[in-house]
Amino acid sequence: MEEQSIPIGMLLQKAAKIRAHILEMVAEAKSGHPGGSLSAVEILVSLFFYKMRHDPKRPDWPDRDRFVLSKGHAAPVLFSTLAEAGYLPTSELKTLRKINSRLQGHPDHRVPGVEFPGGSLGIGLSAAIGMALAGKVDKKDYRVYALLGDGELDEGETWEAAMAAPKFKLDNLTAIVDRNGIQQDGLTEQIMPMEPVGYKWKAFNWHVLEVDGFDFRQVIDALEKAENMRNRPTVIIAHTVKGKGVSFMEWDPAYHGKAPDKDTVRKLVKTMLEE
Amino acid sequence: MLVQLASMRDAYAEVLLELGEEDPRVVVLGADTSVSIKTSLFGDRYPERFFNVGIAEANMMGIAAGLALAGKIPFVTTYAAFVPGKCLDQIRNAIAYPNLNVKIVSSHGGLTVGPDGASHQTIEDVAAMRAIPRMHIIVPADAPSTKSLVAQACRTLGPFYIRLSRPSVPTIYSASKDVEVGKAKILKEGSDIGIIACGIMVNEAMEAAEALSKMGVSAEIVDSHTVKPLDSETIIRVAKKTGALVTAEEQNIIGGLGGAVVETVTDSYPVPVSRIGVRDTFGESGEHKELMIKYGLTSKEITRAAKHLVDSR
Repeated sequence: MEEQSIPIGMLLQKAAKIRAHILEMVAEAKSGHPGGSLSAVEILVSLFFYKMRHDPKRPDWPDRDRFVLSKGHAAPVLFSTLAEAGYLPTSELKTLRKINSRLQGHPDHRVPGVEFPGGSLGIGLSAAIGMALAGKVDKKDYRVYALLGDGELDEGETWEAAMAAPKFKLDNLTAIVDRNGIQQDGLTEQIMPMEPVGYKWKAFNWHVLEVDGFDFRQVIDALEKAENMRNRPTVIIAHTVKGKGVSFMEWDPAYHGKAPDKDTVRKLVKTMLEE
Repeated sequence: MLVQLASMRDAYAEVLLELGEEDPRVVVLGADTSVSIKTSLFGDRYPERFFNVGIAEANMMGIAAGLALAGKIPFVTTYAAFVPGKCLDQIRNAIAYPNLNVKIVSSHGGLTVGPDGASHQTIEDVAAMRAIPRMHIIVPADAPSTKSLVAQACRTLGPFYIRLSRPSVPTIYSASKDVEVGKAKILKEGSDIGIIACGIMVNEAMEAAEALSKMGVSAEIVDSHTVKPLDSETIIRVAKKTGALVTAEEQNIIGGLGGAVVETVTDSYPVPVSRIGVRDTFGESGEHKELMIKYGLTSKEITRAAKHLVDSR
Protein backbone atom coordinates (compact mmCIF):
# COMPACT_ATOMS: atom_id res chain seq x y z
CA MET A 1 0.00 0.00 0.00
CA GLU A 2 1.21 3.48 -0.85
CA GLU A 3 2.40 5.47 2.13
CA GLN A 4 0.18 8.44 2.65
CA SER A 5 0.81 11.12 5.23
CA ILE A 6 -2.15 11.83 7.45
CA PRO A 7 -3.28 15.48 7.17
CA ILE A 8 -3.52 15.94 10.93
CA GLY A 9 -3.96 19.72 10.72
CA MET A 10 -7.02 19.44 8.50
CA LEU A 11 -8.50 16.69 10.68
CA LEU A 12 -8.00 18.77 13.82
CA GLN A 13 -9.72 21.72 12.18
CA LYS A 14 -12.67 19.60 11.11
CA ALA A 15 -12.95 18.17 14.62
CA ALA A 16 -13.03 21.65 16.16
CA LYS A 17 -15.69 22.82 13.72
CA ILE A 18 -17.80 19.72 14.31
CA ARG A 19 -17.56 20.10 18.10
CA ALA A 20 -18.75 23.69 17.71
CA HIS A 21 -21.65 22.57 15.48
CA ILE A 22 -22.68 19.91 17.99
CA LEU A 23 -22.81 22.38 20.88
CA GLU A 24 -24.60 25.02 18.85
CA MET A 25 -27.23 22.72 17.40
CA VAL A 26 -27.99 21.05 20.71
CA ALA A 27 -28.24 24.42 22.48
CA GLU A 28 -30.54 25.70 19.74
CA ALA A 29 -32.71 22.58 20.00
CA LYS A 30 -32.64 22.82 23.82
CA SER A 31 -32.38 19.04 23.87
CA GLY A 32 -30.33 16.21 22.40
CA HIS A 33 -27.30 14.16 23.29
CA PRO A 34 -24.10 16.20 23.37
CA GLY A 35 -21.99 13.87 25.55
CA GLY A 36 -21.91 10.86 23.27
CA SER A 37 -21.64 13.08 20.22
CA LEU A 38 -18.54 14.86 21.50
CA SER A 39 -16.84 11.57 22.36
CA ALA A 40 -17.15 10.28 18.79
CA VAL A 41 -15.92 13.34 16.86
CA GLU A 42 -12.41 12.10 16.01
CA ILE A 43 -13.80 8.70 14.98
CA LEU A 44 -16.23 10.23 12.47
CA VAL A 45 -13.64 12.75 11.25
CA SER A 46 -11.14 9.93 10.65
CA LEU A 47 -13.73 8.06 8.63
CA PHE A 48 -15.37 10.83 6.61
CA PHE A 49 -12.30 12.99 5.99
CA TYR A 50 -9.66 10.35 5.58
CA LYS A 51 -10.57 6.70 5.43
CA MET A 52 -13.93 6.27 3.74
CA ARG A 53 -14.54 6.17 -0.01
CA HIS A 54 -17.59 8.36 -0.43
CA ASP A 55 -18.93 11.22 -2.50
CA PRO A 56 -21.35 13.80 -1.06
CA LYS A 57 -22.60 14.46 -4.59
CA ARG A 58 -23.57 10.81 -5.01
CA PRO A 59 -24.92 9.57 -1.68
CA ASP A 60 -26.41 6.54 -3.51
CA TRP A 61 -23.16 5.55 -5.22
CA PRO A 62 -23.32 1.73 -5.04
CA ASP A 63 -19.57 1.37 -4.43
CA ARG A 64 -19.39 3.81 -1.53
CA ASP A 65 -18.20 2.78 1.90
CA ARG A 66 -21.04 2.80 4.40
CA PHE A 67 -21.16 4.26 7.89
CA VAL A 68 -23.89 3.07 10.27
CA LEU A 69 -24.45 5.12 13.40
CA SER A 70 -25.90 2.46 15.63
CA LYS A 71 -25.77 4.75 18.66
CA GLY A 72 -28.30 6.96 16.93
CA HIS A 73 -28.65 9.37 19.84
CA ALA A 74 -25.31 10.77 18.69
CA ALA A 75 -27.17 12.20 15.68
CA PRO A 76 -25.60 15.67 16.21
CA VAL A 77 -22.11 14.38 15.46
CA LEU A 78 -23.35 12.57 12.35
CA PHE A 79 -25.32 15.53 10.98
CA SER A 80 -22.44 17.94 11.71
CA THR A 81 -19.96 15.65 10.02
CA LEU A 82 -22.22 15.17 6.99
CA ALA A 83 -22.69 18.93 6.78
CA GLU A 84 -18.94 19.58 6.97
CA ALA A 85 -18.45 16.92 4.29
CA GLY A 86 -20.95 18.64 2.00
CA TYR A 87 -24.02 16.38 2.23
CA LEU A 88 -26.18 19.18 3.60
CA PRO A 89 -25.76 22.90 4.25
CA THR A 90 -24.29 23.74 7.66
CA SER A 91 -27.03 26.37 8.00
CA GLU A 92 -29.54 23.51 8.24
CA LEU A 93 -27.95 22.17 11.43
CA LYS A 94 -29.89 24.62 13.58
CA THR A 95 -33.14 22.90 12.54
CA LEU A 96 -32.20 19.80 14.56
CA ARG A 97 -35.19 18.31 16.39
CA LYS A 98 -37.56 21.00 15.11
CA ILE A 99 -40.88 20.40 13.41
CA ASN A 100 -40.68 19.90 9.60
CA SER A 101 -36.92 19.43 9.72
CA ARG A 102 -35.05 16.55 8.07
CA LEU A 103 -32.79 16.50 11.08
CA GLN A 104 -34.70 14.26 13.43
CA GLY A 105 -33.68 13.62 17.03
CA HIS A 106 -32.27 10.34 15.80
CA PRO A 107 -30.96 9.94 12.26
CA ASP A 108 -33.22 8.76 9.48
CA HIS A 109 -32.87 8.15 5.79
CA ARG A 110 -34.29 11.53 4.73
CA VAL A 111 -30.84 12.99 5.19
CA PRO A 112 -28.39 12.21 2.39
CA GLY A 113 -25.45 10.28 3.78
CA VAL A 114 -27.46 8.66 6.56
CA GLU A 115 -27.28 4.94 5.83
CA PHE A 116 -29.48 3.60 8.59
CA PRO A 117 -32.01 4.93 11.10
CA GLY A 118 -30.15 4.06 14.29
CA GLY A 119 -31.72 5.02 17.56
CA SER A 120 -33.34 1.96 18.99
CA LEU A 121 -30.11 0.53 20.33
CA GLY A 122 -28.64 -2.78 19.28
CA ILE A 123 -29.79 -2.93 15.65
CA GLY A 124 -27.02 -1.10 13.83
CA LEU A 125 -24.42 -3.85 13.86
CA SER A 126 -26.97 -6.29 12.43
CA ALA A 127 -27.81 -3.85 9.65
CA ALA A 128 -24.11 -3.31 8.95
CA ILE A 129 -23.74 -7.09 8.64
CA GLY A 130 -26.53 -7.09 6.06
CA MET A 131 -24.75 -4.41 4.03
CA ALA A 132 -21.46 -6.27 4.30
CA LEU A 133 -23.09 -9.56 3.24
CA ALA A 134 -24.61 -7.84 0.21
CA GLY A 135 -21.14 -6.54 -0.68
CA LYS A 136 -19.78 -10.08 -0.54
CA VAL A 137 -22.65 -11.48 -2.64
CA ASP A 138 -22.11 -8.75 -5.24
CA LYS A 139 -18.30 -9.09 -5.09
CA LYS A 140 -17.96 -5.39 -4.36
CA ASP A 141 -15.04 -4.00 -2.43
CA TYR A 142 -16.85 -1.38 -0.36
CA ARG A 143 -16.36 -1.41 3.41
CA VAL A 144 -18.96 -1.05 6.14
CA TYR A 145 -18.36 0.75 9.41
CA ALA A 146 -20.67 0.64 12.42
CA LEU A 147 -20.28 2.88 15.45
CA LEU A 148 -21.67 1.38 18.64
CA GLY A 149 -22.06 2.92 22.06
CA ASP A 150 -20.58 1.10 25.01
CA GLY A 151 -23.89 1.29 26.87
CA GLU A 152 -25.44 -0.16 23.73
CA LEU A 153 -23.42 -3.32 24.28
CA ASP A 154 -25.97 -4.20 26.98
CA GLU A 155 -28.40 -5.04 24.17
CA GLY A 156 -28.59 -8.76 23.42
CA GLU A 157 -28.89 -8.20 19.69
CA THR A 158 -25.37 -6.76 19.65
CA TRP A 159 -24.06 -10.15 20.69
CA GLU A 160 -26.30 -12.02 18.25
CA ALA A 161 -24.67 -9.86 15.60
CA ALA A 162 -21.24 -10.36 17.15
CA MET A 163 -21.70 -14.13 16.70
CA ALA A 164 -22.88 -13.81 13.12
CA ALA A 165 -20.24 -11.54 11.55
CA PRO A 166 -17.31 -13.95 12.08
CA LYS A 167 -19.46 -16.84 10.83
CA PHE A 168 -19.86 -15.02 7.53
CA LYS A 169 -16.15 -14.03 7.49
CA LEU A 170 -17.02 -10.36 7.05
CA ASP A 171 -13.57 -8.81 6.70
CA ASN A 172 -15.29 -5.87 4.98
CA LEU A 173 -16.94 -4.93 8.27
CA THR A 174 -15.40 -2.81 11.02
CA ALA A 175 -17.26 -2.14 14.24
CA ILE A 176 -16.10 0.70 16.44
CA VAL A 177 -17.11 0.91 20.09
CA ASP A 178 -17.17 4.42 21.51
CA ARG A 179 -15.89 3.40 24.93
CA ASN A 180 -16.73 6.56 26.83
CA GLY A 181 -17.65 4.68 30.00
CA ILE A 182 -20.97 6.39 30.62
CA GLN A 183 -24.55 5.48 29.84
CA GLN A 184 -27.75 7.30 30.66
CA ASP A 185 -28.08 6.20 34.28
CA GLY A 186 -24.41 6.45 35.18
CA LEU A 187 -21.07 4.70 34.71
CA THR A 188 -21.27 1.66 32.45
CA GLU A 189 -19.27 -0.41 34.91
CA GLN A 190 -21.88 0.28 37.58
CA ILE A 191 -25.01 -0.04 35.46
CA MET A 192 -23.95 -3.18 33.60
CA PRO A 193 -20.29 -4.13 33.81
CA MET A 194 -18.86 -4.76 30.35
CA GLU A 195 -15.19 -5.36 31.14
CA PRO A 196 -13.19 -7.08 29.89
CA VAL A 197 -14.86 -5.77 26.77
CA GLY A 198 -12.02 -6.56 24.35
CA TYR A 199 -11.90 -10.15 25.54
CA LYS A 200 -15.61 -10.52 24.96
CA TRP A 201 -15.22 -9.62 21.28
CA LYS A 202 -12.11 -11.79 21.04
CA ALA A 203 -14.11 -14.72 22.42
CA PHE A 204 -16.64 -14.09 19.65
CA ASN A 205 -13.78 -14.48 17.10
CA TRP A 206 -13.35 -10.84 16.16
CA HIS A 207 -10.05 -9.17 15.36
CA VAL A 208 -9.83 -6.74 18.28
CA LEU A 209 -7.91 -3.47 18.40
CA GLU A 210 -7.87 -0.90 21.19
CA VAL A 211 -7.03 2.75 20.59
CA ASP A 212 -7.19 6.20 22.10
CA GLY A 213 -10.28 7.43 20.30
CA PHE A 214 -9.01 11.02 20.19
CA ASP A 215 -5.66 10.19 18.59
CA PHE A 216 -6.10 10.43 14.81
CA ARG A 217 -2.94 8.40 14.12
CA GLN A 218 -4.09 5.55 16.35
CA VAL A 219 -7.65 5.55 15.00
CA ILE A 220 -6.52 5.65 11.38
CA ASP A 221 -3.85 3.03 11.95
CA ALA A 222 -6.50 0.71 13.41
CA LEU A 223 -8.85 1.37 10.48
CA GLU A 224 -6.02 0.41 8.09
CA LYS A 225 -5.24 -2.74 10.05
CA ALA A 226 -8.90 -3.66 9.91
CA GLU A 227 -8.86 -3.24 6.15
CA ASN A 228 -5.87 -5.52 5.82
CA MET A 229 -7.33 -8.30 7.95
CA ARG A 230 -8.67 -11.21 5.90
CA ASN A 231 -11.67 -13.41 6.70
CA ARG A 232 -12.47 -11.78 10.03
CA PRO A 233 -14.35 -8.68 11.07
CA THR A 234 -12.52 -6.15 13.20
CA VAL A 235 -13.76 -4.29 16.24
CA ILE A 236 -11.95 -1.19 17.38
CA ILE A 237 -12.48 -0.36 21.03
CA ALA A 238 -11.98 3.40 20.98
CA HIS A 239 -11.30 4.73 24.47
CA THR A 240 -12.93 8.12 24.70
CA VAL A 241 -14.38 10.58 27.16
CA LYS A 242 -18.03 11.51 27.16
CA GLY A 243 -18.47 15.25 26.63
CA LYS A 244 -14.88 15.57 25.32
CA GLY A 245 -13.77 19.15 24.78
CA VAL A 246 -16.07 20.78 27.32
CA SER A 247 -14.51 20.61 30.76
CA PHE A 248 -17.73 20.65 32.77
CA MET A 249 -19.37 18.03 30.58
CA GLU A 250 -16.53 15.52 30.62
CA TRP A 251 -17.29 12.45 32.72
CA ASP A 252 -20.67 13.85 33.80
CA PRO A 253 -23.50 11.41 33.04
CA ALA A 254 -25.94 14.34 33.24
CA TYR A 255 -24.73 15.45 29.81
CA HIS A 256 -25.74 12.20 28.14
CA GLY A 257 -28.99 13.82 27.12
CA LYS A 258 -28.93 17.43 28.32
CA ALA A 259 -28.27 20.56 26.31
CA PRO A 260 -26.07 23.39 27.62
CA ASP A 261 -27.56 26.89 27.32
CA LYS A 262 -26.82 29.20 24.41
CA ASP A 263 -24.68 31.74 26.28
CA THR A 264 -22.40 29.08 27.63
CA VAL A 265 -22.11 27.53 24.18
CA ARG A 266 -21.24 30.88 22.58
CA LYS A 267 -18.26 31.27 24.91
CA LEU A 268 -17.20 27.66 24.50
CA VAL A 269 -17.32 27.80 20.72
CA LYS A 270 -15.29 31.00 20.63
CA THR A 271 -12.50 29.42 22.65
CA MET A 272 -12.68 26.17 20.69
CA LEU A 273 -12.34 27.74 17.28
CA GLU A 274 -9.56 30.10 18.45
CA GLU A 275 -7.53 27.12 19.57
CA MET B 1 -66.35 -34.02 -4.08
CA LEU B 2 -62.66 -34.79 -3.91
CA VAL B 3 -60.91 -32.21 -1.75
CA GLN B 4 -57.32 -31.56 -2.69
CA LEU B 5 -55.05 -30.66 0.23
CA ALA B 6 -51.82 -28.74 -0.18
CA SER B 7 -49.30 -27.14 2.14
CA MET B 8 -48.66 -23.42 2.16
CA ARG B 9 -45.04 -23.83 3.16
CA ASP B 10 -44.41 -26.22 0.26
CA ALA B 11 -45.93 -23.59 -2.01
CA TYR B 12 -43.76 -20.92 -0.40
CA ALA B 13 -40.59 -22.98 -0.81
CA GLU B 14 -41.49 -23.59 -4.46
CA VAL B 15 -42.17 -19.97 -5.29
CA LEU B 16 -38.95 -18.90 -3.55
CA LEU B 17 -36.99 -21.10 -5.95
CA GLU B 18 -38.79 -19.50 -8.88
CA LEU B 19 -38.18 -15.99 -7.55
CA GLY B 20 -34.54 -16.81 -6.89
CA GLU B 21 -34.18 -17.86 -10.51
CA GLU B 22 -36.04 -14.81 -11.80
CA ASP B 23 -34.37 -12.14 -9.68
CA PRO B 24 -30.78 -12.33 -8.43
CA ARG B 25 -31.60 -9.73 -5.78
CA VAL B 26 -33.68 -12.30 -3.87
CA VAL B 27 -31.91 -13.56 -0.74
CA VAL B 28 -33.34 -15.73 2.02
CA LEU B 29 -32.65 -15.64 5.75
CA GLY B 30 -33.46 -18.36 8.23
CA ALA B 31 -33.21 -18.79 11.98
CA ASP B 32 -32.70 -22.51 12.54
CA THR B 33 -36.16 -23.39 11.23
CA SER B 34 -35.25 -23.58 7.54
CA VAL B 35 -35.52 -27.34 7.19
CA SER B 36 -38.96 -27.40 8.79
CA ILE B 37 -40.23 -24.52 6.66
CA LYS B 38 -38.33 -25.86 3.64
CA THR B 39 -36.56 -22.61 2.81
CA SER B 40 -33.45 -24.78 3.03
CA LEU B 41 -34.34 -25.83 -0.52
CA PHE B 42 -33.48 -22.28 -1.58
CA GLY B 43 -30.25 -22.59 0.40
CA ASP B 44 -29.39 -25.82 -1.41
CA ARG B 45 -29.89 -24.21 -4.80
CA TYR B 46 -28.48 -20.76 -4.03
CA PRO B 47 -26.06 -21.21 -1.11
CA GLU B 48 -24.44 -17.80 -1.68
CA ARG B 49 -27.85 -16.13 -1.24
CA PHE B 50 -29.02 -18.02 1.83
CA PHE B 51 -28.08 -16.99 5.36
CA ASN B 52 -28.87 -19.03 8.44
CA VAL B 53 -28.31 -16.75 11.39
CA GLY B 54 -29.09 -19.28 14.10
CA ILE B 55 -31.72 -18.78 16.76
CA ALA B 56 -31.46 -15.00 16.69
CA GLU B 57 -34.54 -13.37 15.22
CA ALA B 58 -33.73 -9.78 16.16
CA ASN B 59 -30.36 -10.01 14.45
CA MET B 60 -32.01 -11.64 11.45
CA MET B 61 -34.33 -8.65 10.99
CA GLY B 62 -31.47 -6.18 11.35
CA ILE B 63 -29.40 -8.09 8.79
CA ALA B 64 -32.38 -8.16 6.44
CA ALA B 65 -32.63 -4.37 6.76
CA GLY B 66 -28.97 -4.00 5.83
CA LEU B 67 -29.34 -6.33 2.86
CA ALA B 68 -32.35 -4.35 1.64
CA LEU B 69 -30.43 -1.09 2.06
CA ALA B 70 -27.76 -2.57 -0.21
CA GLY B 71 -30.34 -3.40 -2.89
CA LYS B 72 -31.33 -6.98 -2.05
CA ILE B 73 -34.85 -8.36 -1.63
CA PRO B 74 -34.58 -10.35 1.60
CA PHE B 75 -37.15 -12.99 2.49
CA VAL B 76 -37.02 -13.53 6.23
CA THR B 77 -38.68 -16.68 7.42
CA THR B 78 -39.23 -18.46 10.68
CA TYR B 79 -42.17 -19.48 12.86
CA ALA B 80 -44.84 -16.88 13.52
CA ALA B 81 -44.35 -17.52 17.25
CA PHE B 82 -41.02 -15.65 17.04
CA VAL B 83 -41.61 -13.27 14.16
CA PRO B 84 -42.83 -10.65 14.86
CA GLY B 85 -42.86 -11.48 18.59
CA LYS B 86 -39.12 -11.49 19.23
CA CYS B 87 -38.25 -8.71 16.83
CA LEU B 88 -41.07 -6.18 16.68
CA ASP B 89 -38.64 -3.37 17.46
CA GLN B 90 -36.35 -4.32 14.58
CA ILE B 91 -39.32 -4.66 12.23
CA ARG B 92 -40.62 -1.26 13.27
CA ASN B 93 -37.42 0.76 13.41
CA ALA B 94 -35.11 -0.94 10.95
CA ILE B 95 -37.61 -2.09 8.30
CA ALA B 96 -40.95 -0.28 8.34
CA TYR B 97 -39.72 3.19 9.33
CA PRO B 98 -37.22 3.37 6.46
CA ASN B 99 -39.77 1.58 4.22
CA LEU B 100 -37.38 -1.18 3.26
CA ASN B 101 -38.03 -3.90 0.76
CA VAL B 102 -38.04 -6.77 3.25
CA LYS B 103 -40.51 -9.66 2.96
CA ILE B 104 -41.23 -11.26 6.30
CA VAL B 105 -42.89 -14.62 5.83
CA SER B 106 -43.85 -16.45 8.98
CA SER B 107 -45.02 -20.00 9.03
CA HIS B 108 -46.99 -21.98 11.62
CA GLY B 109 -49.23 -19.02 12.45
CA GLY B 110 -52.36 -19.25 14.58
CA LEU B 111 -53.55 -22.09 16.80
CA THR B 112 -53.24 -24.84 14.22
CA VAL B 113 -49.54 -25.33 14.88
CA GLY B 114 -51.20 -27.73 17.31
CA PRO B 115 -49.50 -29.89 19.95
CA ASP B 116 -46.64 -27.45 20.58
CA GLY B 117 -49.08 -25.49 22.72
CA ALA B 118 -49.75 -21.87 23.56
CA SER B 119 -46.11 -20.70 23.62
CA HIS B 120 -45.91 -21.56 19.92
CA GLN B 121 -49.41 -20.50 18.89
CA THR B 122 -49.51 -17.00 17.49
CA ILE B 123 -52.75 -15.13 17.93
CA GLU B 124 -51.53 -11.53 18.03
CA ASP B 125 -49.09 -11.18 15.13
CA VAL B 126 -51.54 -9.69 12.63
CA ALA B 127 -52.76 -7.12 15.17
CA ALA B 128 -49.22 -6.16 16.12
CA MET B 129 -48.14 -5.77 12.52
CA ARG B 130 -51.29 -3.87 11.58
CA ALA B 131 -50.36 -1.11 13.99
CA ILE B 132 -47.07 -0.48 12.22
CA PRO B 133 -47.26 2.17 9.47
CA ARG B 134 -46.18 1.13 5.94
CA MET B 135 -46.54 -2.60 6.65
CA HIS B 136 -48.42 -4.75 4.13
CA ILE B 137 -50.08 -7.81 5.66
CA ILE B 138 -51.07 -10.88 3.67
CA VAL B 139 -52.78 -13.98 5.07
CA PRO B 140 -53.24 -16.46 2.20
CA ALA B 141 -56.01 -19.05 2.15
CA ASP B 142 -54.32 -21.91 0.32
CA ALA B 143 -51.23 -23.10 -1.50
CA PRO B 144 -51.85 -21.62 -4.98
CA SER B 145 -52.75 -18.19 -3.62
CA THR B 146 -49.68 -18.33 -1.35
CA LYS B 147 -47.51 -18.76 -4.42
CA SER B 148 -49.15 -15.94 -6.29
CA LEU B 149 -49.26 -13.49 -3.38
CA VAL B 150 -45.64 -14.14 -2.37
CA ALA B 151 -44.53 -13.54 -5.95
CA GLN B 152 -46.49 -10.29 -6.08
CA ALA B 153 -45.04 -9.17 -2.76
CA CYS B 154 -41.59 -9.78 -4.18
CA ARG B 155 -42.36 -7.45 -7.07
CA THR B 156 -43.95 -4.76 -4.88
CA LEU B 157 -41.64 -2.31 -3.17
CA GLY B 158 -41.93 -2.05 0.61
CA PRO B 159 -42.22 -4.17 3.73
CA PHE B 160 -44.57 -7.17 3.77
CA TYR B 161 -45.71 -9.55 6.46
CA ILE B 162 -47.04 -12.79 5.01
CA ARG B 163 -48.53 -15.22 7.48
CA LEU B 164 -48.87 -18.91 6.68
CA SER B 165 -50.50 -21.72 8.64
CA ARG B 166 -49.07 -25.14 9.22
CA PRO B 167 -51.75 -27.67 8.21
CA SER B 168 -52.30 -28.68 4.64
CA VAL B 169 -55.45 -26.92 3.51
CA PRO B 170 -58.05 -27.54 0.80
CA THR B 171 -57.16 -25.82 -2.43
CA ILE B 172 -59.57 -22.98 -3.19
CA TYR B 173 -57.85 -21.24 -6.05
CA SER B 174 -57.08 -22.95 -9.31
CA ALA B 175 -53.98 -21.58 -10.96
CA SER B 176 -56.11 -19.67 -13.43
CA LYS B 177 -58.27 -17.97 -10.78
CA ASP B 178 -55.92 -15.21 -9.89
CA VAL B 179 -55.50 -13.24 -6.70
CA GLU B 180 -54.19 -9.73 -6.50
CA VAL B 181 -52.45 -8.09 -3.54
CA GLY B 182 -54.70 -5.38 -2.14
CA LYS B 183 -57.88 -6.69 -3.82
CA ALA B 184 -60.27 -8.80 -1.78
CA LYS B 185 -61.56 -11.73 -3.82
CA ILE B 186 -65.27 -12.50 -4.03
CA LEU B 187 -65.29 -16.29 -4.01
CA LYS B 188 -69.05 -16.64 -3.98
CA GLU B 189 -71.80 -14.10 -4.62
CA GLY B 190 -74.63 -13.78 -2.13
CA SER B 191 -77.18 -11.26 -0.89
CA ASP B 192 -78.15 -11.90 2.77
CA ILE B 193 -74.83 -11.83 4.61
CA GLY B 194 -71.21 -11.08 3.78
CA ILE B 195 -68.50 -13.33 5.21
CA ILE B 196 -65.05 -11.79 5.14
CA ALA B 197 -62.29 -14.28 5.93
CA CYS B 198 -58.57 -14.77 5.57
CA GLY B 199 -56.13 -17.65 5.88
CA ILE B 200 -57.40 -21.13 6.68
CA MET B 201 -60.76 -19.64 7.71
CA VAL B 202 -61.61 -18.95 4.07
CA ASN B 203 -62.28 -22.64 3.56
CA GLU B 204 -64.44 -22.69 6.70
CA ALA B 205 -66.34 -19.73 5.29
CA MET B 206 -66.95 -21.60 2.03
CA GLU B 207 -68.31 -24.55 4.00
CA ALA B 208 -70.47 -22.19 6.04
CA ALA B 209 -71.90 -20.79 2.82
CA GLU B 210 -73.08 -24.26 1.82
CA ALA B 211 -74.69 -24.84 5.21
CA LEU B 212 -76.34 -21.42 5.11
CA SER B 213 -77.63 -22.03 1.62
CA LYS B 214 -79.45 -25.12 2.92
CA MET B 215 -81.09 -22.84 5.48
CA GLY B 216 -82.14 -20.48 2.70
CA VAL B 217 -79.49 -17.86 3.53
CA SER B 218 -77.46 -16.54 0.64
CA ALA B 219 -73.91 -15.69 1.77
CA GLU B 220 -71.32 -13.72 -0.13
CA ILE B 221 -67.82 -15.05 0.60
CA VAL B 222 -64.83 -12.74 0.45
CA ASP B 223 -61.20 -13.79 0.75
CA SER B 224 -59.60 -10.74 2.30
CA HIS B 225 -56.06 -12.13 1.99
CA THR B 226 -54.65 -8.62 2.14
CA VAL B 227 -55.43 -7.50 5.68
CA LYS B 228 -53.46 -4.30 5.18
CA PRO B 229 -54.03 -2.22 3.21
CA LEU B 230 -57.57 -3.53 3.52
CA ASP B 231 -59.65 -3.44 0.34
CA SER B 232 -62.19 -1.17 1.99
CA GLU B 233 -63.95 -0.51 -1.30
CA THR B 234 -64.94 -4.16 -1.62
CA ILE B 235 -65.77 -4.46 2.08
CA ILE B 236 -68.10 -1.45 1.92
CA ARG B 237 -69.69 -2.72 -1.28
CA VAL B 238 -70.43 -6.08 0.38
CA ALA B 239 -71.73 -4.31 3.50
CA LYS B 240 -74.13 -2.25 1.37
CA LYS B 241 -75.26 -5.27 -0.58
CA THR B 242 -75.82 -7.65 2.36
CA GLY B 243 -76.38 -5.35 5.34
CA ALA B 244 -74.44 -7.50 7.81
CA LEU B 245 -70.99 -9.06 7.98
CA VAL B 246 -69.20 -11.94 9.66
CA THR B 247 -65.41 -11.92 9.82
CA ALA B 248 -63.33 -15.06 10.31
CA GLU B 249 -59.64 -15.38 11.07
CA GLU B 250 -57.20 -17.62 12.88
CA GLN B 251 -56.08 -15.00 15.34
CA ASN B 252 -57.34 -12.98 18.27
CA ILE B 253 -60.62 -11.24 17.47
CA ILE B 254 -58.91 -8.06 18.72
CA GLY B 255 -57.00 -6.05 16.17
CA GLY B 256 -56.85 -8.42 13.21
CA LEU B 257 -59.03 -8.72 10.12
CA GLY B 258 -62.20 -8.42 12.22
CA GLY B 259 -60.90 -5.24 13.79
CA ALA B 260 -59.95 -3.84 10.41
CA VAL B 261 -63.38 -4.60 8.92
CA VAL B 262 -65.20 -3.09 11.91
CA GLU B 263 -63.09 0.06 11.69
CA THR B 264 -63.81 0.34 7.99
CA VAL B 265 -67.57 -0.07 8.14
CA THR B 266 -67.81 2.12 11.25
CA ASP B 267 -66.09 4.91 9.34
CA SER B 268 -68.16 4.69 6.18
CA TYR B 269 -71.21 2.42 6.32
CA PRO B 270 -72.03 0.98 9.75
CA VAL B 271 -73.61 -2.48 9.67
CA PRO B 272 -73.69 -5.19 12.33
CA VAL B 273 -70.49 -7.26 12.30
CA SER B 274 -69.88 -10.53 14.10
CA ARG B 275 -66.23 -11.52 14.55
CA ILE B 276 -65.13 -15.14 14.54
CA GLY B 277 -61.64 -15.81 15.88
CA VAL B 278 -59.78 -16.66 19.04
CA ARG B 279 -61.69 -14.91 21.82
CA ASP B 280 -58.82 -13.11 23.52
CA THR B 281 -57.45 -16.20 25.17
CA PHE B 282 -54.32 -18.35 24.89
CA GLY B 283 -54.47 -21.72 23.21
CA GLU B 284 -53.21 -25.11 24.39
CA SER B 285 -51.79 -28.36 23.04
CA GLY B 286 -54.01 -30.44 20.81
CA GLU B 287 -54.49 -31.58 17.24
CA HIS B 288 -55.31 -28.74 14.91
CA LYS B 289 -58.89 -29.83 14.21
CA GLU B 290 -59.54 -30.27 17.95
CA LEU B 291 -58.20 -26.78 18.59
CA MET B 292 -60.31 -25.26 15.87
CA ILE B 293 -63.43 -26.79 17.37
CA LYS B 294 -62.56 -25.91 20.97
CA TYR B 295 -61.64 -22.32 20.15
CA GLY B 296 -64.52 -21.66 17.78
CA LEU B 297 -62.67 -21.51 14.49
CA THR B 298 -65.11 -23.57 12.43
CA SER B 299 -67.65 -23.28 9.65
CA LYS B 300 -70.27 -24.11 12.31
CA GLU B 301 -69.38 -20.99 14.31
CA ILE B 302 -69.46 -18.88 11.17
CA THR B 303 -72.81 -20.38 10.17
CA ARG B 304 -74.28 -19.74 13.61
CA ALA B 305 -73.06 -16.13 13.68
CA ALA B 306 -74.34 -15.47 10.17
CA LYS B 307 -77.74 -17.02 10.84
CA HIS B 308 -78.07 -15.03 14.04
CA LEU B 309 -77.35 -11.75 12.22
CA VAL B 310 -79.80 -12.56 9.44
CA ASP B 311 -82.52 -13.62 11.90
CA SER B 312 -82.14 -10.54 14.09
CA ARG B 313 -82.68 -8.16 11.18
